[in-house]
Amino acid sequence: MTEIAAESMRATHDWSSQAARRRVKRRYAADRRLQFYGIAAIGTAMALLAILFTSLIHAGIAAFTTTKVELAIFLDPTQIDREKPAEANYRKLVRGAFKAYFPDVTGRSQERELYKILSNGADYIVRDYVVANTDKIGQTVKLLVPVSDPFDQLYKRIIPRQIDALSNDRIILFEALKQQGVLSVVDGSGVAKTTVYIDPSKVPLEGGLEAADYDAMVKEGLRSLFLNEYSRSYEEIISDAAAGNLKALVASDPSLVGKTIDVELPLAANYDNLLLAGQATMRNPRFSSDDEFAWFDSLEERGLIANPFTWELFFNADSRFPELAGLMGALSGSFLALLVCFLLSFPIGIATAVYLEEFAPKNRITDIIEVNINNLAAVPSVVFGLLGLALFLNTFGMPRSAPLVGGMVLALMTLPTIIVATRAALKAVPPSIREAALGVGASKQQVTMHHVLPLAMPGILTGTIIGLAQALGETAPLLLIGMNAFIPSVENIGLTQPAMALPTQIFSWADSPERGFVSRTSAAILVLLGFLILMNLIAVYLRSKLERKW
Amino acid sequence: MQQLRIGASEMLSTVKPSLAESVAETKITARGISVFYGEKQALFDVDVDIPKNSVMAFIGPSGCGKSTFLRCINRMNDTIPIARVEGTISIDGRDINDPELDVVELRARVGMVFQKPNPFPKSIYENVAYGPRIHGLANSKSELDGIVENSLRRAGLMKEVQDRMNEPGTGLSGGQQQRLCIARAIATSPDVILMDEPCSALDPIATARVEELIDELRETLTIIIVTHSMQQAARVSQRTAFFHLGKLVEESETNTIFTNPADPRTQDYITGRFG
Amino acid sequence: MLSYLLLALLVLTIAAYYAGLAKARSFAAATGPHKSHHSLAGYHGAFVAAWAGIPSFLLVVLWLLFQGPVVDQLLIASLPVERIQNLDAGQLNLLVSEIKSVAKGNIFGEPDEVVLAAAERYNSWNAIASWAMVASVLSLTVVALFVARSMLAPRFRARNHVESITTILMITCSLIAILTTVGIVTSLLYETMRFFSMVSPLEFFFGLNWEPQIAMRDDQVTAGGAFGAIPVYIGTLLIALIAMMVATPIGLYSAIYLTEYASDRLRAVVKPLLEILAGIPTVVYGFFAVLTVAPAMREFGELLGFSIAPNSALAAGGVMGIMLIPFISSLSDDALNAVPQSLRDGSYGLGATKGETITRVLLPAALPGIMGGILLAVSRAIGETMIVVMAAGIIAALTLNPFEPVTTVTVQIVTLLIGDTEFDNPKTLAAFALGLVLFIATLVLNVIALTIVRRYREQYD
Ligand SMILES: Nc1ncnc2c1ncn2[C@@H]1O[C@H](COP(=O)(O)OP(=O)(O)OP(=O)(O)O)[C@@H](O)[C@H]1O
Ligand SMILES: [Mg+2]
Repeated sequence: MTEIAAESMRATHDWSSQAARRRVKRRYAADRRLQFYGIAAIGTAMALLAILFTSLIHAGIAAFTTTKVELAIFLDPTQIDREKPAEANYRKLVRGAFKAYFPDVTGRSQERELYKILSNGADYIVRDYVVANTDKIGQTVKLLVPVSDPFDQLYKRIIPRQIDALSNDRIILFEALKQQGVLSVVDGSGVAKTTVYIDPSKVPLEGGLEAADYDAMVKEGLRSLFLNEYSRSYEEIISDAAAGNLKALVASDPSLVGKTIDVELPLAANYDNLLLAGQATMRNPRFSSDDEFAWFDSLEERGLIANPFTWELFFNADSRFPELAGLMGALSGSFLALLVCFLLSFPIGIATAVYLEEFAPKNRITDIIEVNINNLAAVPSVVFGLLGLALFLNTFGMPRSAPLVGGMVLALMTLPTIIVATRAALKAVPPSIREAALGVGASKQQVTMHHVLPLAMPGILTGTIIGLAQALGETAPLLLIGMNAFIPSVENIGLTQPAMALPTQIFSWADSPERGFVSRTSAAILVLLGFLILMNLIAVYLRSKLERKW
Repeated sequence: MQQLRIGASEMLSTVKPSLAESVAETKITARGISVFYGEKQALFDVDVDIPKNSVMAFIGPSGCGKSTFLRCINRMNDTIPIARVEGTISIDGRDINDPELDVVELRARVGMVFQKPNPFPKSIYENVAYGPRIHGLANSKSELDGIVENSLRRAGLMKEVQDRMNEPGTGLSGGQQQRLCIARAIATSPDVILMDEPCSALDPIATARVEELIDELRETLTIIIVTHSMQQAARVSQRTAFFHLGKLVEESETNTIFTNPADPRTQDYITGRFG
Repeated sequence: MLSYLLLALLVLTIAAYYAGLAKARSFAAATGPHKSHHSLAGYHGAFVAAWAGIPSFLLVVLWLLFQGPVVDQLLIASLPVERIQNLDAGQLNLLVSEIKSVAKGNIFGEPDEVVLAAAERYNSWNAIASWAMVASVLSLTVVALFVARSMLAPRFRARNHVESITTILMITCSLIAILTTVGIVTSLLYETMRFFSMVSPLEFFFGLNWEPQIAMRDDQVTAGGAFGAIPVYIGTLLIALIAMMVATPIGLYSAIYLTEYASDRLRAVVKPLLEILAGIPTVVYGFFAVLTVAPAMREFGELLGFSIAPNSALAAGGVMGIMLIPFISSLSDDALNAVPQSLRDGSYGLGATKGETITRVLLPAALPGIMGGILLAVSRAIGETMIVVMAAGIIAALTLNPFEPVTTVTVQIVTLLIGDTEFDNPKTLAAFALGLVLFIATLVLNVIALTIVRRYREQYD
C-alpha cells in the first residue's frame, strides 16, 4: 500500500476539538428535531381525531333524548268514534288538553303562540296511541308528547333565550358615534343624523326619480360620517327602510335633487335596541315572544317537562320536523341495499378470485382482468354513481331511489375489495394442502371447494365485512341514483320502493336549516359509526380467532 | 482423522508470516462481555485482547455469537431495542461506553463492513462521501473529493469506477459493491474495521481481491473479520478466536489454532466435525 | 309476482337436483358398487339442477332488463301520430311518464282520452309480458330438466360437465370486473359525446365561465350556456392542493416516527387510531367540516381581521387533508419498511445519527414509494365527493384564494344530477363530461402511481 495514502489518512479528524463537539451536538439536535416533528404530526392527527369525535358526540348526544310535555287528555267518546278511532280531530284534543294548563291565556293570537310549544307530531302520537288502545276511550290518559324543536333545543341548553345582537367592535363603533352626537332618539326610535347629497347622476333618465339609486345615496351619506375609517360592514347600522324614506322625501319635494340635505336615517333594529334599552342582547329570533318562555318555565316548574331517551330516533320515519325525524327509513334502506350488495358481490367476488388465483391460465386476458380490478378499486365512487344512473336507471329503466339499484352499484364498488381479500386468503393457504388433496385423486375443483376455500373462508369473510362497512358509509353514488328521497313513512319498504340510506339521510339532514337537525345529524352519524365499529370489531375478531397461522 | 490433519496443515502453507508479532500492542480490550437479546443470553463472559495493526478472525458455528460480539465493538447493538450488553470494551485504553465518547464518534472510528454489500441507492461518489459529510470531515469540496478518491484508491476500486463516479453504487458488481462499502468505511478514517463475513456473497475472484485489500489495510488499521471459511481465516488473519455456543473457547495465533488447538471443541470444528 | 317466480324457479332447481340424484342412485343400485360409473351421484344431481336453473335465471334477468324499454317503445309507437308529431324528446318523455303514472293509478288533474287509453294499453301489455315471462321461464326450466335428466347414464361424466359449468360461471364472474369498466367508459363516453353535440369541446375545456344552471331556462335549452369548466378544474386542484399540504407533512412525519422512533407499544396504539381515521365515511368528514372546522376557521380569521367564507376552499381542503392523513402515512410506512435493514445498518455503522439515517438514506431510498403514495392520495383528493359537496362552494369562481369558496368537479357532478334528471339537456350531460374527465384523470394518476410503487417494490424484493 502506498505510503502517501497512509500518510494523508493519518491527518485525522480531531474529535475532541470544540468545533467537533459542537458539531456532534448540532447533529443530535437535528435528530431530536426530526423526532419532535414526528411527535407533533402524530399528536396533530390524534388531536384531530379527538376533536372530530368530541364534536360529534357533543352535538349528537342531545338527539338521543327528546324533550316532552306530559298531557292529561280526556279521550272524549263523543269525539272519538270507536269504530274509526283514527279519524277523530286529535289536534283539537291535544290543544284542548294543553290549553287546560294555562287558563289565563286568552285570545286567538296568544293561543296560537302557546301551541307553538307543542310539536306538530303530537296529534299523530295521540292518534296512534288511541288506535292501539281503543279500550282507553272515555278515560283520561297521561301521555308524553314532544315539544317543538326550539323548545327542545332550549331545554337542552343548545340555544339561548337571549343572543348577542352585536359584536364587541360594533359596540365600540356605536359608542364612538354616540359620542360624536350623531345618534339620537326621535319619536321613540333611534336615528343617525347625517347629510345626504341627492346626486342627480344617480337619477336615471329613464324612470326618473322613481328609479333613482337612493340606497347608494344613503351609503354615500354614511361614508361622510366615518371618513377614512369607513368599512362596508358599517352600513348595517342603518335600517333597510332608510332608502325608502329618502325616496319618499325626494318624491314629495323634487327640488331637492342636486342639493345636500340633512337627514335622520333610522337605525337598524339591533342598534336601535342598544340605543333605547342600552342592551346589546335581544330575544332569540326563534321565539316570538317572552310569554313563550314564561309558559314553558311554568310547565317546567309544574314538573310536566321530561327529557327521556328517545327510541323514536331509531323507529320513526324521516320528517321535516327535527323532533320527530327518525332513522327507520334510512336503516331499512341501508339494510336492503347492503343485503343486495352482499348477495351480489360475495359470490361473484369469490368466484372471480378463485378463478384468477386457482384456475386461470396466466395470459393476456387474465392480466387485463387483474389490472382492471386494481383500477376499479381506485375509481372515484361518484363515477360508479354515474354508471348506475346512465346504465341501470336510464338504459335499463330500473326504478329510481330503489335499494335494489343502490345495492347493485355498491356491489360493483365492493367487488374489488372482496376479490383482493379473497386472493390474499387463498394465497395464504399453503400449497402442501393442495398437493395433499390432489395426491388422493381429487379434481382441481374438488381441491378448491373442499379444502382451499374452507380454509380461506375466515380471511374472505374478514375482507367481505370490511368491504360492506365501506359500502355502508358510501354516499355519493347513492345520491346520484336518488337514494336520498324524502320518505316520511315506513310503510312501503321494499327492494324497488324509493328509500333512503343512512349516509344519504345524514347528508339530507345536514342540509336542513332547522337547528334541531344539527344534533339529529350528529346522532345519525354516531349510529352509523356505531355500525361501522361493530362490523370492524367482527372483522378483527374473525381475523384473530379464526384465521390460521401457517 | 489422519487425513483431515494433513488437510489442515496444507492450509497452513498459505498463512502469511505475521508481522511484528512480538511487539503487538493491544488495540481493543474486552472484559466480561455478556449480551442478552431480551431473555435470551447470546454471549457469555467473553474476554479478549486484539492487537493493533493486525487482522483477527472470529470463527465458529452459526449462531454462536460472532456477529453479536463484533457488533458490541462499535455499539451497533444499541440499535436493537431488546439487546443488552454487559462488560467493558476499551479501544486504545478508552472505554467505549464512556459517556464522554459519543457513539457517533465511536462508529466513525470503528468502521463496519457487512455480510451483504449494502451500498446506499446513491451515486458511487455520494456513497463514499456520506460519512465525511455527516461528520463534517471535509472543509471544502476539493478536500471531500480528495477523501473520496483516496478511499476508493485504498479500497482498490478507483481504476474501475474512475469515470462513473456519478452512477448509482447499486449498479456495480457484487465484489465491487463490497469494495465500495469498504471504501465507504475507510472514508471516515477509522482505525478499526469490523467485517462480518464480508466475502460470503462474493465469488472466489472477488473474494481474493477483498482478501488482498484486507492484507494491505492491515498496515494502518486493526481489522476484525468474521468468517465461515477457515481457509480465509488462515489466509488473512494473524490471530484467530473460536466461538462456540456464545462462549469464546480459544484465542491465539492463527497458526496455533489450526495446527495445535488447545480445546477439543476447536479441534472438532476445524476438522469439520460440526458447524 | 317476480318473487313467486324466483321461488318457483328455486324449488324446481332443487327438484331437478333430486331427480338427477335419484336417477344416478338407480344406476348404482342396478350396477352394484360405484366402481362401475364415472361420477358420484351428487354430480348427476348438480348437473341436472344447473341445466334447470341457470338458463331460466338468465332468461328472467334478460327479460326484466328489456321488458321496460320494449314496452315503452311499443307504447310510443301506439300513440296517435298527430298527438306526438310536434313533441320534442323532452315533451315525449313527459307524456310517457304521465301515462305511466296514470297506469299506476296516480292520477293528477284530468288526463285526456289518449293518455287514459294508452295507460290501459300499457297496463295490459305489462301484464301480458309478465305472464309470458312466467310461462316461458317455467317451460324452459321443465324442458331443460327433462333433457338434462335424460342425458344421465352410468358412464356419463357428470363431474366433468358440472366442473365445466362451474368454470364457465367463474369466468363469467371474472368478466364482470371488465364489464364494469366497459360500462363506465361507454356510458361516460356516450353521454359526453351527446354533450359535445350541444356544447363545443373547446368551450368545455378552455372556457372560463361555468354557469350550467342558466341552461335550465325553458327558452334556451342550449343557447349560450356557460360550460367553461376551467374554474371547476382550478377549484378542484386548489382544494386537492390544500388537502395535500395538510396530509403530506402530517402523514409523512407520522410514518417516520412510527417506523423509526416509536416503541412497539406506541405503534400498537397509534396505528389502529389512524386506521379509524381512514374508516370514517366521507359524509361524516363533510359534516365535521360544516359543524366544526368552517366555523372555527371563520372565527380565527375574524380574530386576525380578515374574512374567511363559511364554505372556503381552506375548510373543505383542510378536512379532506385529515381524511388523507392515514392514507399517506400507511403508504409511507410501507415504503419506509420496504427499505432493507442493511441500509440502516450501513448508515449507523458509519456513525450516522437516526435522523441523518432517515433524512439522508431512508427517505431518498423510499422516495419512489412515497411519491407513489402521494399520487394515489392526489387521485383520491380529486375524486373525493362528499366532503366538498357539503363543505365547498357551488358557484364556480376563478380564484386561487383559499379563503374564498370554490367548486370542484365532483361537486358539480352531484349538484347537476341531484333531483330529477332528464338526459336530453346539457346540464345533465355536462355532469357526464365532468365524470369522464375525472375518470381519466384519476385513472392516469393511479396507473402512474401503481407503476412507481411496483417498480419500487421490485427494487428491494
Ligand atoms: N436481533 C436479534 N434478536 C434476537 N436474537 C438475536 C438477534 N441477533 C442475534 N440473535 C441471537 O443471538 C445468537 C447469536 O447470533 P449471532 O448473529 O451473533 O450469531 P453468528 O455467530 O453471527 O451466526 P452466523 O454465523 O450465522 O452469522 C443467535 O442465537 C441468534 O438467534
Ligand atoms: Mg453473523
